[in-house]
Amino acid sequence: MPLRDTELTEDGLSPSGVGRVLLIACGALAREILDLKAANGWTHLDLTCLPAKYHLTPDKITEGVRESVAKHRAAYEQIFVVYADCGTGGQLQAACDDLGVEMIPGPHCYSFFEGNARFAQHSETEITAFYLTDFLVRQFDAFVIKPMGLDRHPELRDMYFGNYEKLVYQAQTDDPDLTRKAEACAAMLGLSFERRFTGYGDLATTLERL
Amino acid sequence: MSDEDEIILSELDDEELVQQMFDDLYDGLKEEIEEGVNILLERGWQPYDILTKALVGGMTIVGYDFRDGILFVPEVLLAANAMKGGMAILKPLLAETGAPRVGKMVIGTVKGDIHDIGKNLVGMMMEGAGFEVVDLGINNAVEKYMEALETEAPDILGMSALLTTTMPYMKVVIDTMVEQGVRDDYIVLVGGAPLNEEFGKAIGADAYCRDAAVAVETAKEWVGRKHNQKTA
Repeated sequence: MPLRDTELTEDGLSPSGVGRVLLIACGALAREILDLKAANGWTHLDLTCLPAKYHLTPDKITEGVRESVAKHRAAYEQIFVVYADCGTGGQLQAACDDLGVEMIPGPHCYSFFEGNARFAQHSETEITAFYLTDFLVRQFDAFVIKPMGLDRHPELRDMYFGNYEKLVYQAQTDDPDLTRKAEACAAMLGLSFERRFTGYGDLATTLERL
Repeated sequence: MSDEDEIILSELDDEELVQQMFDDLYDGLKEEIEEGVNILLERGWQPYDILTKALVGGMTIVGYDFRDGILFVPEVLLAANAMKGGMAILKPLLAETGAPRVGKMVIGTVKGDIHDIGKNLVGMMMEGAGFEVVDLGINNAVEKYMEALETEAPDILGMSALLTTTMPYMKVVIDTMVEQGVRDDYIVLVGGAPLNEEFGKAIGADAYCRDAAVAVETAKEWVGRKHNQKTA
């Protein structure tokens, strides 16, 4: 069945039940993980996703991961959590330590897509950048416009984005339509635009060793 | 709303007008709030009473409903913007009339962090509660905080961060205060989306404040405690 971004945002994804390693991931990473899995023949990996919208309320991520680990632990040899810290303030790492499962290192997906080491090098000089990934460009309305109320109150834009200077579109894939949409997102927010191809970065190298 | 339902603010008595201003703040109606403030001033209300009874009273309800998940950030921002309109009228008058001052706060977002919505809300609510607020803005290095503590001599230092990557910088500031032997001279309050009470304790802050309303209550409590210590 084809993946639908709205379902990944709202409901997440159920596991297929095939494979010895279960990846518990953010819905925003489903396409990328399934693409890597298909390209590399990683049939030992199964994937379940929590709703991507948990990013709007990060305290739900830790709780959701705990519940998912408890639910699926008995059916798999190994569980790996494909979330970075993602605004949980260290609580997700503490929960993973407590549960005895590993998670992907880094502060957020913008960092591991670019490569944590490389992202860290420019993070101090690029504090006025607003990042979007492929998924976030596709789901810009669901993750930016609607939750920030900009559809109803566009006058709030500068209260949110007044301190930003540019939108960096971290492209995981080469898709001219997405690039055009990302550019339109930048214009809508009153920011300059930069496209930065990242591929899958540390996501690929991390999953490779499982 | 039809014309015949339209509420004429100037026709309301004081109690009805204050109640209407609560509703208008809740709905983020800046022009109506400005009009309400001007009407109350014309009726001889003291600026401090307008601030506390109409504006802060209304924003407190907004704060509670935000805490309880009834209102969300966009609505709070609109309410804050409406309150800002009222505050702009009252601020010069408050300075003239010598309104009571509860305490003084220096506030800013930490180095590497440009997210100031929470910090701005806290600053505004603190001003509404009678605190003098010195806003250092965004992306503040430890030197900037230390300089402000020395020159402004506040009761409270407030630090804000939205990012997991920037919140540890709060500890850099607190550690520097300890090194320079001034940590206990100030109340240190911290806040921001990825923070929690445990983090606040771990870095040596006096309190973590989960939202602007909590920040005001916490600030009042700690300033009261500090004054009591001085008089004991």
